[in-house]
Amino acid sequence: MPCGLFHTIYKTDERIFKTVWVRSWLVAFGLFFLLLPLFVRDYLLYVTNMIFIFIVGAVGLNILTGFTGQISIGHGAFVAVGAYTSAILTTKLGIPFWIALPIAGLFAALIGMIFGIPSLRIKGLYLAIATLAAQFIIEYTIVHWERLTNGITGISVPSPILFGFVFDNDRKFYYLLLIFAVMAVATGRNLFRTRVGRAFIAIRDRDISAELIGVDIFKYKLLAFGISSFYAGVAGSLWGHYTNVITPEHFTIVLSIDYLAMIIVGGLGSIIGTVFGVIFMILIPELLTTVGVLLKSTFGEITTLISAIKGLVFGITIIFFLVFEPDGLSEIWRRTRDYWKLWPFSYR
Amino acid sequence: MSENIAFLAQLLLTGLVLGSVYALVALGFVLIYKSTSILNFAQGELLMFGAYICLTLIIELRIPFIYAFFLTLAFSFILAVLLERVILRPMIGEPIISIIMVTIALSAVLRSLIQIAWGTETKVFPRIFSEEPIRFFGLFIAEVHLWSLIFALTCVVLFALFFKFSAAGIAMRVTAFDQQIAQSLGINIKRIFALSWAISAIVSSIGGIILGNINGINNALAAMGLKVFPCVILGGLDSILGAILGGFSIGILENLAGGYLDPVFGGGVKDVAPFVFLVVVLMIKPYGLFGKIRIERL
Repeated sequence: MPCGLFHTIYKTDERIFKTVWVRSWLVAFGLFFLLLPLFVRDYLLYVTNMIFIFIVGAVGLNILTGFTGQISIGHGAFVAVGAYTSAILTTKLGIPFWIALPIAGLFAALIGMIFGIPSLRIKGLYLAIATLAAQFIIEYTIVHWERLTNGITGISVPSPILFGFVFDNDRKFYYLLLIFAVMAVATGRNLFRTRVGRAFIAIRDRDISAELIGVDIFKYKLLAFGISSFYAGVAGSLWGHYTNVITPEHFTIVLSIDYLAMIIVGGLGSIIGTVFGVIFMILIPELLTTVGVLLKSTFGEITTLISAIKGLVFGITIIFFLVFEPDGLSEIWRRTRDYWKLWPFSYR
Repeated sequence: MSENIAFLAQLLLTGLVLGSVYALVALGFVLIYKSTSILNFAQGELLMFGAYICLTLIIELRIPFIYAFFLTLAFSFILAVLLERVILRPMIGEPIISIIMVTIALSAVLRSLIQIAWGTETKVFPRIFSEEPIRFFGLFIAEVHLWSLIFALTCVVLFALFFKFSAAGIAMRVTAFDQQIAQSLGINIKRIFALSWAISAIVSSIGGIILGNINGINNALAAMGLKVFPCVILGGLDSILGAILGGFSIGILENLAGGYLDPVFGGGVKDVAPFVFLVVVLMIKPYGLFGKIRIERL
């Protein structure tokens, strides 16, 4: 908390954005994002859109793993469930995107809760392995239930239409995704000011103690799985309608690991950290791709090498963060902020 | 009727061969978990590393198979000790998620390095064993499969004896049982950690060499490291005997499921059946057949 800030009533104490400074930064930030599409190229908008979609999914995973302490290596599969539900509803049944999206979220939540049932008996490593199994089972179902999912050929998904307005390019999609990303972050942040959110944190910190003080562990663990998978499902649905084609290849264990990496790099149990983590982990490979394209003229085709280097950088980044900065980017952010706040008097 | 039985027996036999490799990898996996409480997601990469090193030694440097084999083990030893010292030792005592993630990251790093060094195409070992199948009570078994089985079983027995009788093996068992007790007995547990990683990498690379001789090697070999989870969960995460039995059971289960259920579900059951089984085991008997049941205290 900044110095010199005294709360005299509860209302100010409970605010998310506590000072005038924070609020004005927020407005500036909002304006920046509103005006961004006017100034940047399509490629950059594509990257930004990707970031927005991943923010939705990663907030979900951080709620489950970072705040409730239930490790999930199957988040990518729940994203797949959402993407496929929404794709099947819109293509086969002709249901509009606006109805298919929440249904996709709810269905993913249902599947997530089913795979969350083992969390009643097992935790930690064992639960991580159970979610890994979920990943493989869902992947298998999608690949082999060809009548419904078209197997490995995938489904081509229509662009969303709202009142005759078709969201069919990066620029149009930008605002739609911005709204979803903001909603995901806002609901995620607010969740932990409620009874449910506090129960999640209690379970993470010490599940037996939580049970002793009256938290219904099973209910809240399932709820955490449900909420997390709901976010995943929404992210999947958005992804499908944005890229216009979904294949099982996108939703392998690699996606689950990407999500985990994002919340680890960003900071477990931190919503703002999630945002940082997503931006960081998406920008790095994009940067490497750009470098690869630039070097193409001098070194010829080096795409395979670049893809290997991406993997290398990915791994090294995670190891680096885990060894040197286990609390992630959010901790770096907090330290930097404090430094400037107290400068030039570095003591408190 | 007899045809059905022959089919079944053939599936069992192939399952046994595959299971022997699983048992080896699972053994390596459990070893690390037992002594350092680290769940190693990079087991498949260790296996792949061994296979590629051995292949390079044989093809590029023209070293005879048997020497190449032992040289590979030496390389695996060095790699594992390095990894343990540089990356994994700082992680001891960290939260589970960090430990899982660090080994996942490690697997990404190793896989990329292998891809940079050896590319992505499938490489085939030079023929060491003949392809000619041997008839065996009316069943066919390729010579290479037979040798794999013998080889894997020998390793399993050797390691069982190592844990039972050698001083280092006993020290490792003590460390797995209780690290404080081990330390008060004068065991250098840091050395034990390094040793666990080394042995684990060695058995995995043996598994890799066997698999390489059967199928050839490519990047997909790393998936083997994930297949090991059903084996170790079935056997119990911290039981060496369990890992070996689990390995064989999953190998056989996988083949039976592939043989009988593929026509029903349209292919690929082989790869998912172990994981379905894994979920069932976790629901019924979470600590596996021989795992230590943890009692939680506040």
